[in-house]
Amino acid sequence: MTTVVSCKQLNKIYQQGSIEVHALTDINLTVEAGDFVCLSGPSGSGKSTLLNMIGGLDSPSSGEIMVDGQRVDQMNKSELAELRLHKIGFVFQAYNLIPVLTARENIEMVMQMQGDSKQYRHQLSMAILKEVGLEGLENRRPSELSGGQQQRVAVARAIVDKPCLVLADEPTANLDSANAENLLQLMRDMGEEHQTTFIVSTHDPLVMSHARRLVKLHDGKIIENHEQH
Amino acid sequence: MIHTASLLIPLAWRNLWRNRRRTFVILFAISLGVWAMIFTSAFLRGMSQQILDDTIYNLTGHIQIHAKQYLDDPVIDHRFSLIDDALFDSLNHPAIKQISARVRVPAVVASEQDSTGVTLFGIDPENEGDISFLQSSIIAGRYLDTAADPGVVIGKKLAERLETGLGKRIVVMSQDKNNEIVDRGVRIVGIFDSQMDGLESSCIFMGLQTSESLLKIKNDVSEVAIILHDSAQLEMITRQLQQENPHLDIQSWKQLEPLALVITELYDDFHIVWHLIVFLAMGFGIVNTLLMAVFERTREFGLFQSLGMKPGFILAQVWIESIFLIVLGLVLGNLTGWLSVLATGDGIDVSAFAQGMEMVNLSNVIPFVIIQDDLLLANLVVIILGMLTSLYPAWHASRLVPADAITRV
Ligand SMILES: Nc1ncnc2c1ncn2[C@@H]1O[C@H](COP(=O)(O)OP(=O)(O)OP(=O)(O)O)[C@@H](O)[C@H]1O
Ligand SMILES: [Mg+2]
Repeated sequence: MTTVVSCKQLNKIYQQGSIEVHALTDINLTVEAGDFVCLSGPSGSGKSTLLNMIGGLDSPSSGEIMVDGQRVDQMNKSELAELRLHKIGFVFQAYNLIPVLTARENIEMVMQMQGDSKQYRHQLSMAILKEVGLEGLENRRPSELSGGQQQRVAVARAIVDKPCLVLADEPTANLDSANAENLLQLMRDMGEEHQTTFIVSTHDPLVMSHARRLVKLHDGKIIENHEQH
Repeated sequence: MIHTASLLIPLAWRNLWRNRRRTFVILFAISLGVWAMIFTSAFLRGMSQQILDDTIYNLTGHIQIHAKQYLDDPVIDHRFSLIDDALFDSLNHPAIKQISARVRVPAVVASEQDSTGVTLFGIDPENEGDISFLQSSIIAGRYLDTAADPGVVIGKKLAERLETGLGKRIVVMSQDKNNEIVDRGVRIVGIFDSQMDGLESSCIFMGLQTSESLLKIKNDVSEVAIILHDSAQLEMITRQLQQENPHLDIQSWKQLEPLALVITELYDDFHIVWHLIVFLAMGFGIVNTLLMAVFERTREFGLFQSLGMKPGFILAQVWIESIFLIVLGLVLGNLTGWLSVLATGDGIDVSAFAQGMEMVNLSNVIPFVIIQDDLLLANLVVIILGMLTSLYPAWHASRLVPADAITRV
């Protein structure tokens, strides 16, 4: 199996005034290709911080991060943008979509930045919208979609260009349990079908139960890391 | 690169209409500013052209030719011959529209009641057309018929002063070429009313040949005034005439009327200052609005970055939006500016302030004049400075750290 993500001795210290907040302390973590990892832990334990470090949205204070064989912690802004564009998909808790673009345009946006042809974009976005169960809603703007539908569009966008890694930060937090269950099932199916690695952070036991690997954080440290099922 | 750019344009356009109210307010501000620039420019340009026209078309012309020393001492001795091959050749130039040769000497006129010193003009009425206000200012009687017309035309003020009128005779006295006093009784065939009092009370006009015979200076003149087809050629033609006729004193209106020159140049400078002042107010509005829009969309910019959009494109996105805004404002401003200038028709009547206006050589009606250069200046100021100032909010958007931007709700 190939390693998609590996973190070595990762530390993140936020400076809040004169106080240092150790958001992450000596994190060592590897994630294999095709895995479905759940990051859990109480509020403030560092889940979002870890996901942001892996996705290159913020830089670590010390330590090493590799994504698909590349040192994320050593990249400049432009290289990070390239990495995110081609290799990483993101799903956030809410406001995932660009409000002035329709569902389909939100999905095609990433492909357009990658330089895919209009025809190809159209074909692929319609197919993926169908896969996530949003056929017929492609021309709606985010404000005309329910929370669950918006999250589905976000998942569709995250995987449409076949990234090697999708980082989802509490994707179900704003959904009721039925919708959360649906979305999770969708992510797992998509992960298997497209051979995409997922790292999902959550408080939700339901999410944890779906994960193949469960990583528990507490006060910025990994206190558990084991396979399930 | 190109793919992302083609994404940015529709994005920017749609973002522009997200907050319609705000967009309309700032559009109104920009177009108001542009309108103010254009409308004020048109007024200033009208004034300054009026000053120029009143200078050039009231006897001065674009270029004048005199004998050396005439300008220091405008007497009959300082005259020159029109039968001069070199002069004839150089005046036969395609850039020259009209030539008017004149006798212009000091004289005394006397009626039965009074006498006064004036400037005697001997003109060929057929050649004065464009150069002189005279033909269009006759209020009683007629204009001179020919260069041999035996009558004279005098101003209304002078007629009042001399307590004389149309059809009456006056005596004109001057020195002939031998410095002998000559006089002749002539009939007043026309009265003119100029918008400038000075001309009205101090000049009398008679036929060129009539004056030449009175002064015994056949084919000699004091002055030749020239009108060009295109005033842009002024310097060039003046220089050429000077080189070809070194024995004569040849000057453009800029040397002859330095006050008019200074005033028109002042107007030009004021244009630029005014545009900058208007832009300053407008620029604050643009930057403020865009910064507000950027702050509101902080999260979205974080999202764009997490999707792999490079900071440069985020900058471009905001920048394109502001360019849309500026261009729309320009279109509206140009349109309203142009329409309101059209609405002023022939100009505005400032006769209520005419006393003051005369000091700066102005007629009573000031036309609004739009010229290409002024439009260009207003539009360039807004577009260039507008694009520069809106770089700031755009740069601000591109500098956000994605993790911070994303967590901001
Ligand atoms: N920008 C920041 N500046 C200062 N401290 C921060 C910043 N971001 C996060 N922290 C701190 O780092 C720690 C980890 O935060 P993080 O957001 O990663 O937690 P989390 O596990 O995602 O929590 P939640 O479940 O509430 O989302 C917390 O103590 C938080 O206060
Ligand atoms: Mg979090």
